[in-house]
Amino acid sequence: MSNRRNLLSFQLDVSDFLPADRSEKESLVLMRKSVGFWRDGINRLRKNKVAMVSFFIIILTLIFAFIGPAVYPYSYEQQIRGNENLAPMKYSEMEMEKKAAGEFVFPHFLGTDNLGRDTTVRIMMGSRISLLVGIIASFLVLLIGSVYGSVSGYIGGKTDMIMMQIVDVIYAIPDILIIIILMVSLKYPLQNIANEVPGFEWINTIGVGLICIFIVFSLLYWVGMARIVRSQILSLKEQEYITAARALGAGDARIIGKHLLTNSIGTLIVTTTLQIPSAIFTESFLSFIGIGVSAPMPSLGSMASAAIGGISTYPYRLLAPAVMISIIILTFNLFGDGLRDAFDPKLKN
Amino acid sequence: MFKYFVKKALVSVLTLWIVATATFALMHMVPGGPFLAEKTPSAATLAALKEKYGLDQPIHIQYKNYFVKLFRGDMGPSLKQRGREVNDIISTGFKVSARVGGLAVLLAICVGVPLGSLAAFNRGKWLDSVILIFSTTGIAVPSFVTATVLMMIFSVKFNLLPTYGLTSWKHYIMPVMSLAFYPSSYISRLTRSSMLEVMGQDYIRTARAKGLPKSRVIFKHALRNALLPVITYLGPLLAYTLTGSFVVEKIFTVPGLGNHFISSIINRDYTMIMGTTIFLATLIIVMNLIVDIVYKIVDPRIDLK
Repeated sequence: MSNRRNLLSFQLDVSDFLPADRSEKESLVLMRKSVGFWRDGINRLRKNKVAMVSFFIIILTLIFAFIGPAVYPYSYEQQIRGNENLAPMKYSEMEMEKKAAGEFVFPHFLGTDNLGRDTTVRIMMGSRISLLVGIIASFLVLLIGSVYGSVSGYIGGKTDMIMMQIVDVIYAIPDILIIIILMVSLKYPLQNIANEVPGFEWINTIGVGLICIFIVFSLLYWVGMARIVRSQILSLKEQEYITAARALGAGDARIIGKHLLTNSIGTLIVTTTLQIPSAIFTESFLSFIGIGVSAPMPSLGSMASAAIGGISTYPYRLLAPAVMISIIILTFNLFGDGLRDAFDPKLKN
Repeated sequence: MFKYFVKKALVSVLTLWIVATATFALMHMVPGGPFLAEKTPSAATLAALKEKYGLDQPIHIQYKNYFVKLFRGDMGPSLKQRGREVNDIISTGFKVSARVGGLAVLLAICVGVPLGSLAAFNRGKWLDSVILIFSTTGIAVPSFVTATVLMMIFSVKFNLLPTYGLTSWKHYIMPVMSLAFYPSSYISRLTRSSMLEVMGQDYIRTARAKGLPKSRVIFKHALRNALLPVITYLGPLLAYTLTGSFVVEKIFTVPGLGNHFISSIINRDYTMIMGTTIFLATLIIVMNLIVDIVYKIVDPRIDLK
């Protein structure tokens, strides 16, 4: 450009009109690699140390709870005579004899309970129950809440008003009380269905208590999700691309499913993740007061409840489930917070 | 404003009615009755008992009778605790639970608000992290864990505090602390985030710029606005805490109301189930209404519609 001989001349510079070489083209095409929604969120999540540590611990807990019992030599309902009330890492006399005879005896890392059952494997099974309840209940809440909320927000007007009034009523119901009453009253009909109606035997394999918890949670807890989804839909449905989709002939169901819900996916993920610890919290409370999962299936709450009687003699029996449940709730909370910061910064309040 | 409250009151009555009816229907769905748990009475005794309490009538008549009585403020006799009225049991239990719960809420506010504000003012520094650890643990630990850990430390290990009953001030310490742990953590998180938001507002900069002392900016301008979310949370919190927690009352053997919630359901004590449910639901709804009014007083910007 500066190879003009006369600086004041209007003569055009030929070099300005030469075809651009490749490097120049490339520098114009891409300033920065375009980053999609998922990549962007995951990148942000990766930088969040607390969330990553929580995620790692959640994975460990999942392995502990779902794979642990399969490889562990004891089972959760196995009562071994003579092994009652062992302290952590202690062996009973019978096991001492075996050891003396040169056999390998798997240690009871956390001791055994008053029926001679190994505490470690019971903690594993208890965590499995807690995690199952948390994840499945949250998924059900997500399903019901997002459908209800999006329909209400999308239709708007009178329908929206009535639907939200229903939500307000359910919101004002004292949840713990209704949960307890529902748990007790659902148990017997469900038991009957499981025993008598063919095709419903699977209820017994999962356990009536667990099914009750799922039903009750999905009946009561979807309202929070519905409110959040509705407010998202209300703002999203005014966007131009919705008008465009409608102009192209998309039906209501397609607009809701394909455009509105996919665009609020961040909120949905975050709210669902944060729902998990609160479901686990409630489940542990229910098991603690004795109306959750039925014996011999252990739950962290019922283990803690059983340990209270002997708290001065066997404090570790309480400590183990208590620590486990706190770790599960804590990590899900922290991971959920991290997800929120990464995928849905607007939701932060 | 007036219209708003009329509408809100109507919705509240509707909600109460739905809760009461649902509870009534559900509890009669549960098999077994209030008189079966003891040594099984003879058929004649059972019939006499049922007749005495009106349980022999068809369910819709029972429903009608109950609500007619309820409108007069009478919740009927307890089916399990013979000779005691439900009104009487609830008021005795509530007095105990409300004392423990009230102290717990007070403690939660006194701990939560200062901690949250401190964390917000020291954002990103070590004090913030320490408070964050406290508050994150607080919302992750169920109350039965807090209660039993406290008991292990103070009663079993050091033998400082009594483990059951409610006869001296010492008895209050552990129940109040275990009840207050979760809400104080929650309040501190709420205060921190809303304080951070408020501190970024223009009017805070204006207040600073015109040379107000820092304490005045904090207390008069920032805190008042930052407390709004805390007030919203306080409504339901008060309702739930004042009526007693089953877990804490069971662990520390407090003769409060919380116990009756669960035991009445397990005993099929129909009148007690209805009584406790209606009492708690009313309290929650009234508290939420009060929160709405207080909201309006604290923040005139809010337009109630």
